[in-house]
Amino acid sequence: MVEPTLVSVQNLAVEYRTGRLRRAPVGVIEDVSFDIAQGETLALVGESGSGKTTIGKAMLGLTPVTAGRILFNGSDITHLRGAGRRALASDIQAVFQNPFGSLNPALTIGRTLTEPLLVAGDLPKAEISSRIGELLWRVGLPGDAASRYPGQFSGGQRQRVAIARAVARRPKLIVCDEPTSALDVTTQASALELLHELQDDLGCAYLFITHDLAVVKEFADRVIVLEKGRIVEEGRSVDVCDHPAHPYTRRLVASAPVPDPLLQRRRREERLALPDL
Amino acid sequence: MTVPTTTEALAVQSRSSWTRTVRHRIIPAIALTVIVLVTASVSVAPLLAPYPPLKQDLLNSLAGPSGAHLLGTDDLGRDILSRLLWGGQPALSGVAVATSVFAVVGMTLGILAGYLGAWTDRVISAVLDIMLSVPGIILILAVLAIFNQNVFAAMFVLGLFAAANLARVIRGLCLALREELFVDAARVSGLTPFRIMSRHILPALTGQLLIQMSLFAGIALGVQTGLGFLGLATPAPNPSWGGMVGEASQVIEQHPLFLLVSGGIIGIMSVAFGLLGDGLRDLESDRRRIAGSGRPIPLSALASAESDPHPADPSVLLTVRDYSVAFGTSSGPRTVVDSISFTVKEGEIFGLVGESGSGKTVTAQSLLGLLSENGGIVGGAAWLGSQRISPATDQELRKVRGREIGFVAQEPMVALDPHYTIGSQLTEVVRTIGEVSSGTGAIRARSLDLLRSVHLPAPENIMRRYPHELSGGMLQRVAIALALAGSPRLLIADEPTTALDVTVQAGILDLLRSLRDERGMAIILVTHDLGVVADICDRAIVMQRGRIVEEGAVEAIFYAAKDPYTQQLLASTPNIARDAADPGRDTDG
Repeated sequence: MVEPTLVSVQNLAVEYRTGRLRRAPVGVIEDVSFDIAQGETLALVGESGSGKTTIGKAMLGLTPVTAGRILFNGSDITHLRGAGRRALASDIQAVFQNPFGSLNPALTIGRTLTEPLLVAGDLPKAEISSRIGELLWRVGLPGDAASRYPGQFSGGQRQRVAIARAVARRPKLIVCDEPTSALDVTTQASALELLHELQDDLGCAYLFITHDLAVVKEFADRVIVLEKGRIVEEGRSVDVCDHPAHPYTRRLVASAPVPDPLLQRRRREERLALPDL
Repeated sequence: MTVPTTTEALAVQSRSSWTRTVRHRIIPAIALTVIVLVTASVSVAPLLAPYPPLKQDLLNSLAGPSGAHLLGTDDLGRDILSRLLWGGQPALSGVAVATSVFAVVGMTLGILAGYLGAWTDRVISAVLDIMLSVPGIILILAVLAIFNQNVFAAMFVLGLFAAANLARVIRGLCLALREELFVDAARVSGLTPFRIMSRHILPALTGQLLIQMSLFAGIALGVQTGLGFLGLATPAPNPSWGGMVGEASQVIEQHPLFLLVSGGIIGIMSVAFGLLGDGLRDLESDRRRIAGSGRPIPLSALASAESDPHPADPSVLLTVRDYSVAFGTSSGPRTVVDSISFTVKEGEIFGLVGESGSGKTVTAQSLLGLLSENGGIVGGAAWLGSQRISPATDQELRKVRGREIGFVAQEPMVALDPHYTIGSQLTEVVRTIGEVSSGTGAIRARSLDLLRSVHLPAPENIMRRYPHELSGGMLQRVAIALALAGSPRLLIADEPTTALDVTVQAGILDLLRSLRDERGMAIILVTHDLGVVADICDRAIVMQRGRIVEEGAVEAIFYAAKDPYTQQLLASTPNIARDAADPGRDTDG
């Protein structure tokens, strides 16, 4: 079963001008190409400075692209701005890493969720509040959450609000930028489960950006490993995690600690036997 | 002992919170009340004033207060109270005009420049620079000449040009707000720039706007009454506050009270605007202060704590018994560590494991006396060997920190000052607590040794570097070197690898292991990551909501966990070595 291609990224490059105050080296990506099929979960994995977040931002139109193209359903969205870009909001959505920053603290949960629905304009105002109730129920939040502020919720609950906002307009692609790395492990597990369920319901594709290969193996269909802005390896996530080919991936896999003391001791000895990069 | 008793601590706390309440709540409230009362009575002057403002009673000129004239009369026998009420109208409406123009123009220009950026920003910033360079008073005099003493035109111009200052402030705040994640999220939601500015940016700026408006209102009042005093604003004989001060100054010998009340009302209003602005500023900074600024918990456990750990086993280094920590909150004390007991043996790597809110970090910090001001040990005690370290006075703790117990934080920058080189910071610590007799050479040699012991290449080079020139992993190694300077018997590491990449994390864990092996030093590792525990710890405790739910050797915890919470933690931790069966989907049910 080969699903049709949803997104095609071709020879993407992003460069940041290191002008004025920003002197720190900022992630630069070079010549990155990949496809995302409909309903697929593609993971972008890499360490800090690998450019994984920049690729996500380029997809969302939040950072200017220097070269290359991004095709969505066959049409070029690379340099889309203004009304054209805003129209894309019904198809491409995002869940950001930090649920404490991604929700406006001054707005109630209800108002935050109203916004995308109001912008869409296809729902009569009267139905918006019932749709919000439905969304909150779907992500497992209490019905009275709509009238409360983000400050009254835990990190995991806020991330559920952010997920509800992302799926409100039934998008075809959701860019998840480290959606669970600020959460506790038990909360992370249930958030990933929620994302899985929503994917089954909505058939949306995920671009799942993370540093954690163990999560990739459990959550993603395919994975792309990035090092310093370039793709070093890609393949089915189980294959890449179990049989990494590139030396960098091999080191990443070997460095991920596993919650099993005896196995971890063996893996540590194997890691120390690896040649230095 | 120099520990404050409970009553002393409470007294200090109530005094400081009382002055705070006065400064932050009561004074602004009084200022607001004054402004509202004066404005309200001025706006209903026709109803309140006992006489028309121009009614003369020449037989009764320059009279003192009486039943008929509560504040007396002026040199033409006009009632001063009535004229004050009427005279407030040009003053306060002028202030209203200036402040509204100031707010609307300043906000609009500031938000547009700050949020849209690019050429909009460049154009607006250039206009603002021009506006700021125009001498305001001369311009206002010119406007008054052109518009035939129209005070509203003058105040409009005052507000317009002062708005450049507000726009600058707002633009700066906007530049920061634009980078906020929730603004990115709004853009991804497909909101128009106008909607983002009005719904997301504007509400975040209202606090700052009110502060600036209130401070500017005081200035505008000064300008308006100044013009009135010069006779430029309200033509005589119509009353105005500034004009009345001018009239009163002519008869100051005969009727000092006249000057006192006419100048007094201006003074009171200016001060009220200023205090209201200050009050709003305090309110804003109170709101921004991190949560947890509650009432301090007195060290009540200190007096009653046992002084002897009753050591049964000489190999035990740290004994923690019936140990409780609480934080004061606005709704009373909240216990975050609830009578826990554990021991750490010499040379052991001991895991303190839990999720957020479990109390693991608070436990570690309290052992070093690093609790925030409103936290305290409310029961039990901890001993290092036979010496009690918690609860303990600052004096006692100074002998322990750094020398007996080293500390490594999650963020290495906690331990390092960005303004000094690694070398100067390390040698300072070595000079203070390192076991080096004296001599610059010996101190330097010891510092280089420390850097070598954390496996940093080219230590001479590292010594010359500033913290920002090193990577996160190298900085954490420097922080560990600093913690080792006093050759501690126990190292407490609070999530030392959480902020690092996995490959770097593996290196730091290898380093900690080798330090333990070489020095026989015990390590308490605070972490949420069971993978890290499996890699490095000998024994561990698992904490949940301030209590220990599981403890033992790591093999027992991982292969024979008894507590359901521990089992849930284990099941939730992603495992790259687990077989490809997809547990995320399996639990769908």
